[in-house]
Amino acid sequence: MTKDIIIALVVVVGLGFDFTNGFHDTGNAMATSIATGALGPRTAVALSGVLNLVGAFLSLSVAATIASGLVQTHLVTVTVVLAGLIGGILWNLITWLFGIPSSSSHALIGGVIGSTIAAAGGHAVKWQGLVSKVIIPAGLSPIIAGLIAATGTWLIYRISRNISDGARRHGFRYGQIGSASLVSLAHGTNDAQKTMGILTLALIANGSLPTGAKTPFWVILCCALAISLGTYLGGWRVIRTLGKGLVEIEAPQGMAAESASAAVILLSSHFGYSLSTTHVATGSILGVGIGKKGAEVRWNVAGRMATAWVFTLPVAALVGAGAYGVAAGIGGLAGVIVDVLILLALAGYIYFRSRKSAVSHDNVNDEWTGTVAPDQPESVAA
Amino acid sequence: MSGVDKWINLTALWQIVVVGLLAGAGLPALFAFGLRFLNMPAGGRVATAGAGAGPDGHHHAVAGHENEETVYGGNSMGLVAACVCFAVILAAIGYGIYLIVAGA
Repeated sequence: MTKDIIIALVVVVGLGFDFTNGFHDTGNAMATSIATGALGPRTAVALSGVLNLVGAFLSLSVAATIASGLVQTHLVTVTVVLAGLIGGILWNLITWLFGIPSSSSHALIGGVIGSTIAAAGGHAVKWQGLVSKVIIPAGLSPIIAGLIAATGTWLIYRISRNISDGARRHGFRYGQIGSASLVSLAHGTNDAQKTMGILTLALIANGSLPTGAKTPFWVILCCALAISLGTYLGGWRVIRTLGKGLVEIEAPQGMAAESASAAVILLSSHFGYSLSTTHVATGSILGVGIGKKGAEVRWNVAGRMATAWVFTLPVAALVGAGAYGVAAGIGGLAGVIVDVLILLALAGYIYFRSRKSAVSHDNVNDEWTGTVAPDQPESVAA
Repeated sequence: MSGVDKWINLTALWQIVVVGLLAGAGLPALFAFGLRFLNMPAGGRVATAGAGAGPDGHHHAVAGHENEETVYGGNSMGLVAACVCFAVILAAIGYGIYLIVAGA
């Protein structure tokens, strides 16, 4: 009975992570389309939500590899997974509060690694796998995406230079819808799989599934719904930073950015690299700023983002380790419940803080004034 | 160097960059060509080719197009060429989706 409650809580927390993953990443696909007006904000998040749902069902090659390439999975317990998820959720929420696009994938990986170390020691982590499959691709992918996006932008502007601005904007807005949709689909196939993989791992560790079992359909369904719902609620704060805070984007640039993102994400997963869609999308957006003469790139915003990225793995790991320490220290069902209560309390506090400088579909496109929420007297980060 | 191979799969990296450029930059470029073909005026010549922007910023001296947002310039050959471009793009996207569904 106790085991059942614990695993049920872990599944719920896992879906909670998937939900935060959803709203954190909406912007990767849709920020550029919202910023240029190619899609209305609510239409964009609805479209992205539906496509994420579809995408989550499309690819059946599930990333249980997210764990097996990184940690010794036989050392992973249900509590380890719970703590890892908590680490991931809290990092997602904190970066969301500050409107910083950051990798949900890294948050999850960091959390799980932290809790694994806390539970089983450093030897339980496959460090080479971490560096070669996560860290190095994380560093390279935004550069490659930026390069492709810059090239695409330069080509687009050259080729279409004789078209009137209005006509060009009109045409590329259609292009944007297509490319942004593709990114949403790609995101659904990639990111939902990660939570499915982690939950499958938890179920195997709990004995609910035999070792090496495939992900059950109900897990797929619930994860798909969770990420899709999160996407639809839309992380407006992050959308705003991506769409308005980094580069002032026109329709052709928007299409170039999303096309580059889609290409890099799809190609990389084809080769077995599970990338951060956030890193790729941000790299693309910076690339279109570079590719167009006279475009303004706010490097200070980019710098804040890069700092957050560097901290993602270690901080999520620390939180994951801490969460594990609390749960294991108290022990049993009580430990798990305390962990979940702390998570809810912190999440509630973060949400409460966010209301003071709310960003939503009606002010997401306002002029960038240097802070996440428009027209705030002092920065939220203070 | 075998040392590097342990950390970076250079073959995969190379392929991602090249195919990424072809698809991620090439397809939008093709789309831009499609728009350009679509935009050709009925006379058959690309509007103001080489003339650049006039003093008032307008690129077209085409009669009958008051709506600056209209992409279609009236040239039916251009329309055909544009459709070919867009068809290629859709095919490429379809192939991409097929790759997803078929799995890595």
